[in-house]
Amino acid sequence: MKISRRKVVVLGMSAVSASLLPLNLLAQADGQSAEDIVKEFTGGANIGSGDIMLTTPEIAENGNTVPISVESKKAIAIKILALGNPGPDVVTFKFGPLSATRSASTRIRLRKTQDVLAIAKLEDGSFIQDIQKVKVTIGGCGG
Amino acid sequence: MAKGVKPRVKVPKQASVGEAITIKTLISHKMETGLRKDADGNKIPQSIIHRFTCDFNGNNVVDFDLKAGISVNPYFQFEAVVPESGEFKFTWYDDDGSVYEKTKKITVS
Repeated sequence: MKISRRKVVVLGMSAVSASLLPLNLLAQADGQSAEDIVKEFTGGANIGSGDIMLTTPEIAENGNTVPISVESKKAIAIKILALGNPGPDVVTFKFGPLSATRSASTRIRLRKTQDVLAIAKLEDGSFIQDIQKVKVTIGGCGG
Repeated sequence: MAKGVKPRVKVPKQASVGEAITIKTLISHKMETGLRKDADGNKIPQSIIHRFTCDFNGNNVVDFDLKAGISVNPYFQFEAVVPESGEFKFTWYDDDGSVYEKTKKITVS
């Protein structure tokens, strides 16, 4: 088969678009931006500050397990976001009628040095937040 | 069912009415993020525990939505009040459809 110059150009372009395609899909799969997640959680309401305490280590040597705890006395739900992670949404704590202090501790993954954000939804429907910077020596998340 | 998944829960055996008791839970699970690649460069699909709940005599204590940002072997600590003697029920929901359950009794005086 004789390949004309025009065909070469077309082939080249389709190869480029084919290689771009998975990238676009990946960007979608990697998900929402932190703002979208916050918006979805708060419904666009203003976020104030107040009685919410997010406790993180100042320096995390291993980003694979970073212990965090959060407490907010009147919260019905608290969302934790790691703003520098490929998927910023980490966990949502929802507190039922039998939970005592509205506090929870867990261990999270952090890819790099970044801010960790906690947003609490209070019983009266308002939102408050706390933000802490964590320095990460070795990142988690794999890849 | 994923292999080697073992839930562990620590609840005090006794408590007084209205006391805030601390509950610690741990489940062994690899929490595959979906970002890692295997030796051939293929993506390893995400496989995590995406939800954890704790109920006491049918009333909800906590309900957590987990994402891939939670570490291997998800650990949680939280507090509950118990109005009467009864049973805590802990449930973990895996991405592969498995559900892991564990119950713990508590006596309230």
